[in-house]
Amino acid sequence: MNPKNTPLPSNPTNPIIEVRDFNFMYGSAQALYDISLDIGEKEVTALIGPSGCGKSTFLRCFNRMNDLIDNTRIPGGTIKISDVDIYHKDIDVIELRKHVGMVFQKSNPFPKSIYENIAYGLRIQGIKRKNEIDQVVEECLRGAALWDEVKDRLSDSALGMSGGQQQRLCIARALAVKPKIILMDEPCSALDPVATAKVEELIHVLKENYTIVIVTHNMQQAARLSDRTAFFYLGKLIEYGPNEQVFMNPENPKTEAYVSGRFG
Amino acid sequence: MASEIPHSFVKRSSHKKRIEALAVNLFRQMTYLVILAAAYIFVDITINGSKAVFQSTAPYVNVQFLTDKPQTLHVFEPRETYETMQQVRSQILVLETKNRGLGESDPELSNSYAQQIKALDAQYESLDAQRKETRLKYSDREYRALEVSPDLSNYKHDTYAYSGGGIGPAIIGTCLLVLGSIAIALVLGLLCAVYLSEYSRPGKILQAVRLSILNLSGVPSIVFGLFGFGMFVLFFGWGVSLIAGWFTLAIMALPVIITASEESMRAIPRGFREGALALGATKWTSVRTNVLPYALPGILTSSIMGIARVAGETAPIMFTAAYALRDQLPWEGLEHPSDFLFQGVMALPYHIYVVSSKIPQNEYTRDMQYGTAFVFLLIVGFFALTSILLRIRVRSKYKW
Repeated sequence: MNPKNTPLPSNPTNPIIEVRDFNFMYGSAQALYDISLDIGEKEVTALIGPSGCGKSTFLRCFNRMNDLIDNTRIPGGTIKISDVDIYHKDIDVIELRKHVGMVFQKSNPFPKSIYENIAYGLRIQGIKRKNEIDQVVEECLRGAALWDEVKDRLSDSALGMSGGQQQRLCIARALAVKPKIILMDEPCSALDPVATAKVEELIHVLKENYTIVIVTHNMQQAARLSDRTAFFYLGKLIEYGPNEQVFMNPENPKTEAYVSGRFG
Repeated sequence: MASEIPHSFVKRSSHKKRIEALAVNLFRQMTYLVILAAAYIFVDITINGSKAVFQSTAPYVNVQFLTDKPQTLHVFEPRETYETMQQVRSQILVLETKNRGLGESDPELSNSYAQQIKALDAQYESLDAQRKETRLKYSDREYRALEVSPDLSNYKHDTYAYSGGGIGPAIIGTCLLVLGSIAIALVLGLLCAVYLSEYSRPGKILQAVRLSILNLSGVPSIVFGLFGFGMFVLFFGWGVSLIAGWFTLAIMALPVIITASEESMRAIPRGFREGALALGATKWTSVRTNVLPYALPGILTSSIMGIARVAGETAPIMFTAAYALRDQLPWEGLEHPSDFLFQGVMALPYHIYVVSSKIPQNEYTRDMQYGTAFVFLLIVGFFALTSILLRIRVRSKYKW
């Protein structure tokens, strides 16, 4: 009855994800309160805020990863991706997750070869043709700016790679199932500055083709990487807007205090 | 005095230190005691058992003992020698009694008694050697094949059940029981463990389920035997059969397998599962490709160890699968292929029980008794070793 929500102020004009009055509970503890925001297509959106503010929980709602946690529920609100309510009972979570990829905080390459890590997403879809898989593997590794580093050792174990390479491999792995949206949960928190720079560079390139939502603790990173930034505090969305607004000219004093490093 | 202590860290004895030294010694000695007891059992069985299993001539292994069916042993001892030996023994006894009655009163007479006893002992030994040389031993088959049986006026005839032939059917029966119950227990146990560790929701019910599985491992084996007898043998009407034994042993091993498999799967990092799910894998796909392969080494080892222990139990198969004596090997005399499952078999643990409690203990039966125990030890050890090798192989393939 209300297919297109009224655009929110200071939100992107081409939203791919629309969140309205979203609430989320772990058992009896409420983690998110009445979140409403739009995420623009082929933009990088950063979620920032102090630990425990609900930004990771919010991120994991986009591909329903929270379904795996017992006793979670959504007392109210909707999330629409490309105009489809992803918490509707007719939604196939498997298809949703192919559409919305995820990269985790701790890089989690499977203990297989580099090649098999990328191929995994295809194999579980039943794709067996070798040249098709070969092609996707190369495509994804190039897409993740990893091809030149690993092309000679595709059959080596992924666990032998450096931390930064592992994380970029996880990004490449996510690309293999051709998602539209990539969620990143603090992808650089365990990486050194050089590896972080490489991942950031990669995110910058990926922006051309993918919508990226990234949770980060690092405000400089958010400022460098993203087009828009959402500031969460105690489960509430405090401020959301273009980077210039949130970092340079925040409306809310809490945002101002956080981005200037006075708490968090 | 302060002047006798060169510095503040010098060694001083104290009550606490003496207690400490005492405690350490106690722990150490108890450990050695346990090792000693275990070593004694193993060495005893190995030494006595290897007499039956190995031989001094090629092929050095007593193939007959390992492959033959158990038979009655017929022993013919030379009657004359035997009777002389009895006389000598009674003379020795008489002299010993006299000597004891004498006490300290007449040292000279006592001394001469001792001399006589010594002489009689020597005579007894030589007679015994002679008896061993001239006696005749036949297994039942050999005995029946004899054209002329020994003259009973010259020979004393004794028979000992199970002591001739070998333990072939029991070895085969035990291997069949172990392999079948491993298969059943692994399948059932894995299915349960996957459900418990990956799918079930934590709560009161799950706790109760876990607790009851754990309690199952504390149930005495004879109760499992009775359960199997009531359930599989009588209620399902399978009779005393291989398949009833498989299920009884499998159910007995299940608690260990479920618990161990669940532990192994829980030890797999969450990231493996989440990574797969985030790529659009179903839960089962993620478990099948990213949890089970990495949990497999642990599951296999503990499962096979669990089965090896259960396979040593006599009680569960006593009523369900084991025959004291069966003249046919499992594949002999089958009218229909399915009869294979519904036949009773001989099994080593039950055979040990039979030969150690149902027949006399003497020089003719000892080889069979110790030999069976030794072979059984070897087989159980073999299964344990297999599980370890398997673990090493699988682990090197799926390392993380």
